[in-house]
Amino acid sequence: MEKLDSLLLQEIAGMHDIPMGAYNIRKNGEGLSRRSTANIEIRPKTDKPGIDIIVAPGTVNESVHIPVIITQTGIDDLVYNDFYIGDGADVLIVAGCGIHNSGDSKSQHDGIHTFHIGKNAHVKYVEKHYGEGDGLGERILNPVTAVEQGENSVCEMEMVQIKGVDSTKRDTKASLAAGAKLIVTERLLTHGKQEALSNIEVRLNGADSSAQIISRTVAKDSSKQVFYYNAVGNDKCRAHVQCDSIIMDNATVSSIPGITANSAYAQIIHEAAIGRINNDQLVKLMTFGLTEEEAEEIIISGFLK
Amino acid sequence: MLELQNISFGVDTDAGKLEIIDDVSLTVADGSFTVITGPNGGGKSTLAKLIMGIEKPTSGKIIYNGEDITPLSVTERAKKGIGYAFQQPPRFKGLTVRRLLSLAAGATLPEDECCSYLTGVGLCSKDYLNREMDASLSGGEAKRIEIATLMARNLGLAIFDEPEAGIDLWSFSMLVKSFRAMSSGRHNSVLVISHQERIMDLADNMIVIADGRLKNQGTKEEVLPTLMGEFNQECDFRGKENADGKA
Ligand SMILES: Nc1ncnc2c1ncn2[C@@H]1O[C@H](COP(=O)(O)OP(=O)(O)OP(=O)(O)O)[C@@H](O)[C@H]1O
Ligand SMILES: [Mg+2]
Repeated sequence: MEKLDSLLLQEIAGMHDIPMGAYNIRKNGEGLSRRSTANIEIRPKTDKPGIDIIVAPGTVNESVHIPVIITQTGIDDLVYNDFYIGDGADVLIVAGCGIHNSGDSKSQHDGIHTFHIGKNAHVKYVEKHYGEGDGLGERILNPVTAVEQGENSVCEMEMVQIKGVDSTKRDTKASLAAGAKLIVTERLLTHGKQEALSNIEVRLNGADSSAQIISRTVAKDSSKQVFYYNAVGNDKCRAHVQCDSIIMDNATVSSIPGITANSAYAQIIHEAAIGRINNDQLVKLMTFGLTEEEAEEIIISGFLK
Repeated sequence: MLELQNISFGVDTDAGKLEIIDDVSLTVADGSFTVITGPNGGGKSTLAKLIMGIEKPTSGKIIYNGEDITPLSVTERAKKGIGYAFQQPPRFKGLTVRRLLSLAAGATLPEDECCSYLTGVGLCSKDYLNREMDASLSGGEAKRIEIATLMARNLGLAIFDEPEAGIDLWSFSMLVKSFRAMSSGRHNSVLVISHQERIMDLADNMIVIADGRLKNQGTKEEVLPTLMGEFNQECDFRGKENADGKA
């Protein structure tokens, strides 16, 4: 593997080498290498770019890595990934996209993901976005994710974007059957002139389904963040949306809640807070001998952890 | 040695200028255990913040070990060995107790060392090391962790602001023991703001601050008997101040 490739892979997927288990590595708009296992099949699509990932029912303690890297300038990559998670399976999926753009044209990756999660299955999905390179070319990531959760399934989604992505528009939709549970944590840091938009819509269709959306973001410089978080309760269910943003410099953040109950037994809470770094926290760390900048760093990285 | 020379601190309010600290001069000798006491709102915490550099005096000088530190920032004073445990410790999302202790010490602390500081404030260390210093901690827990962060440092002057507040009886005994240990065999000075007699018992120097002024200074034996009388007249002299046109 080339040095730049492995650096990007490490950044987004924590991979030092070829990962254990099933994987598919995509580079500059093409499949680079792929491995299926006895229980997890990765099949390239024939009608459009992308792959089908089929996890056999009952598969436990296995992982799938599907990182995407872009190292050329001017790449516009659109890819469809469909996950079929069999009943009772328990898997970790590590996705993510790293863009190194040192040219002057924009590089863009739009990943369209669908998840069909079977009954009683448990999925942990981790997605990291990362950009670097000193060219003028923009680094753009617009992921679209649709999740369909079967009865009593659990889906944990962790989405992180800490550095170097100029523009991102994230669309996430989930629908939950009876007893299903969804936990989404989104962590985002924007700086410079970056813009980030995130739409999340959760439909709690089945009895005793539950959803928790936790968003922690930091907006620096003159960056811009907009969040539309929507929870719709169609049966006896519980949903909790929690958005917490630190705003600095000349940034703007808007957090727009949308909660709808179509059942008298739906219980939906939305909490949102936007504010500067607490001055007492800064001063406390400065009384340990840290500079104001060091204190800020520590508070932000703790907040985004 | 710490020396405050004619320190005053005022703020502008809607009702005009408010003098919170009014011409206070005092010294804290090397190796001493000083307790500052006085009525609520008297200006004790403000005085501590002025020493730490969190607030800047309107006039007067602060001399520490012969150097005028009045223009120095909080960070610079911390590096010179001054530390301050807040009356109300701030909470941090995502910072573990262990990390906080390490940040205080200025180096990554080994687990057993962290544990010994927590035990010193009556906390069972294994339950707390990896907890976050966030809003989920109770008031007394946060307070004791705050105190432990000063114990983890090597300070020339350690200031504790009402360390006893919100702390249960059992932990309080532990705390008094830790303060006693600190006051013997130490090289540094300890300045404790307190309303507790058991902490005053440890003092070799006591200072009374009321209404922004130094009201009394001396040994515990000299100062303690006068305290009750003074507190009784508190309402009285507040009334007089108001008659003088002071806020
Ligand atoms: N920035 C400020 N603006 C206005 N008033 C202030 C400010 N800081 C402190 N004060 C006032 O100054 C007075 C002294 O406050 P300080 O916190 O120093 O009292 P204290 O002696 O520590 O009281 P306690 O025993 O209740 O902790 C109080 O009346 C307080 O309201
Ligand atoms: Mg006080």
